[in-house]
Amino acid sequence: MVDVSEELIRGLKKKAVTLRKHIIRMTHNAQSGHPGGSMSACDIVTALYFQVLRVDPKKPQWPDRDRFVLSKGHACPVWYAALAERGFFPVDELMTFRKINSRLQGHPELGTTPGVENAAGAEGQGLSFSVGLSLAARMDHKAWRVYCILGDGEQDVGQTWEAAMAASKYGLDNLTAFIDRNGIQQEGRTEDIMPLEPLAEKWEAFNWHVLTIDGHDFRQILAAIDEAHRTKGRPTAVIARTVKGKGVSFMENKIKYHGAATSDDELKLALAELDAQEAAV
Amino acid sequence: MTSGPWKMESQRTYFGKALIELGRRNPDVVVVGADTTESIKTIDFGKAFPDRLFQLGIAEPNMISVAAGLAAAGKIAFAATYSVFGSGHTYNVIRQNVAYTNLNVKIFCSHAGLTVGPDGATHQINEDIALMRGIPRMTVLVPADGPETAKCVDAAAAMKGPVYCRFSRTNVPTVTSTEDDFAIGRARVVRDGSDVTLIGCGLMVARCLEAADRLDRDGVEARVINLSTVKPLDVATIDRAARETGGIVTAEEHTIVHGIGSAIATAIAANHPVPMGFVGVQDVFGESGEAEELLRKYGLTAEKIVDAARDVMKRRGRTR
Ligand SMILES: Cc1ncc(C[n+]2csc(CCOP(=O)(O)OP(=O)(O)O)c2C)c(N)n1
Ligand SMILES: [Mg+2]
Repeated sequence: MVDVSEELIRGLKKKAVTLRKHIIRMTHNAQSGHPGGSMSACDIVTALYFQVLRVDPKKPQWPDRDRFVLSKGHACPVWYAALAERGFFPVDELMTFRKINSRLQGHPELGTTPGVENAAGAEGQGLSFSVGLSLAARMDHKAWRVYCILGDGEQDVGQTWEAAMAASKYGLDNLTAFIDRNGIQQEGRTEDIMPLEPLAEKWEAFNWHVLTIDGHDFRQILAAIDEAHRTKGRPTAVIARTVKGKGVSFMENKIKYHGAATSDDELKLALAELDAQEAAV
Repeated sequence: MTSGPWKMESQRTYFGKALIELGRRNPDVVVVGADTTESIKTIDFGKAFPDRLFQLGIAEPNMISVAAGLAAAGKIAFAATYSVFGSGHTYNVIRQNVAYTNLNVKIFCSHAGLTVGPDGATHQINEDIALMRGIPRMTVLVPADGPETAKCVDAAAAMKGPVYCRFSRTNVPTVTSTEDDFAIGRARVVRDGSDVTLIGCGLMVARCLEAADRLDRDGVEARVINLSTVKPLDVATIDRAARETGGIVTAEEHTIVHGIGSAIATAIAANHPVPMGFVGVQDVFGESGEAEELLRKYGLTAEKIVDAARDVMKRRGRTR
């Protein structure tokens, strides 16, 4: 077990609030983008970038870095916010998100944004891409690991399961997939659009090591990653139960905020709530 | 160069051998497959380098993205299967994960066009050049024969970025030689002439040469160009042909919608427009049959090229 101090958890909580504020401001400023799925994945991304990933903001191309792949590319506000806070590019640049001539495209572009490791936007390709990365690491006897975040709506995509089969065929224990189980996709609840349950059993049937956690509990996130590291011969799928829009009460669990930015009034309310959370940490 | 007699050889065999030689020289070369490795001859690469061939099953979108991931980690990833699966079936994966990312993924596909034969229209993709040349950053290669297929392997590996290369299931006439120089982006004039230009790709290069022989009997000197790179297009060579011969016929085992004829028409319209003729599949699906029968039925013959050349010359007021 990893030794997780109160101090560490407090730091991560604070950081997550900071990222959520960025997400709200970026999408408000752009008056477009996908805040809901960015907020639900925020705590996982925070744990990865501020505790787990071996990356160097000064050398984004460092060959031995861990790779983070965001398969659900529409949630890139949380990625950009984490990269900026981690020092890959200036925090000020976040306000260029989705604007003309920006390095922060509406969906991730490889080679443009420092720290971005894959292109995504069309759902369902990121896990396969992660399999390729994991195979390369293993071929080269490298210790770096691959972490991929998928949406639960993304479980509808056939290619996700093609990748799941390939990862277990090759026993890729250097690969950890997080499934952001917020229960909502673009047009409704996952169980109405295309029922996924029993989801954990599906991944188990595909020969993955499967964990189900509360995706907003840093101790559980870190423990899951630790267990993934200790799991040999199989990739690990972490089904993270989350709340879409997590952190802003009126956005939580609302299908609308999958792809809608806040209004001016909502922005004030949202930031006030997040400020209060920050103070309470 | 005159026509034949040519040896009939398998492009797949040349492909498989070239890949192994490349693999020997460059340990970063890896190959992914989709349950067609035996047929497309990548299985031998796997025998030579068991850790460097990844058999991913009937899952082409995954295969392409896995290749992209391997390339993102520094590998030169060859993805090989049949054209219909390696282009159309995976189009948006190629677009997002290979081309937009500008990664070193080399998609080499056999079984392009009508000459797939008895399998019929589901397997005869006549639209792959159109699909692939429309994607920014994509290099598109159509080797004329076996030796050129081998050269495409080496040249694709040597260049940075994505490549799509399509060739035939059927044995094709060997019209080039191993000694011929080859470069991506260069169209090769394989026969000189000043009355009309015939531009072909793939197995239609041989038919252009046959057509040139026939025209020669009537005193018409046709220039023949082997367009083994469809993209980037060698505009200089095409423009020179337009200016010096005053008419162009294109010949491709592909739909005339957005194939090489369209590419060349766009280029010359912007530079030096001349009358053109288009020999290719006329916006229809193919059907079962033997390769030769299909080529004849769908008008991909030397006669049709000759007819188109005469028509082009007539339209610009010349008979020779
Ligand atoms: C292949 C594909 N089809 C459709 C879309 C449009 N789209 C964007 S996001 C989305 C829903 C995503 O749901 P989920 O994966 O659950 O993401 P999250 O809830 O985490 O935001 C859809 C349908 C897409 N991006 N890609
Ligand atoms: Mg969801």
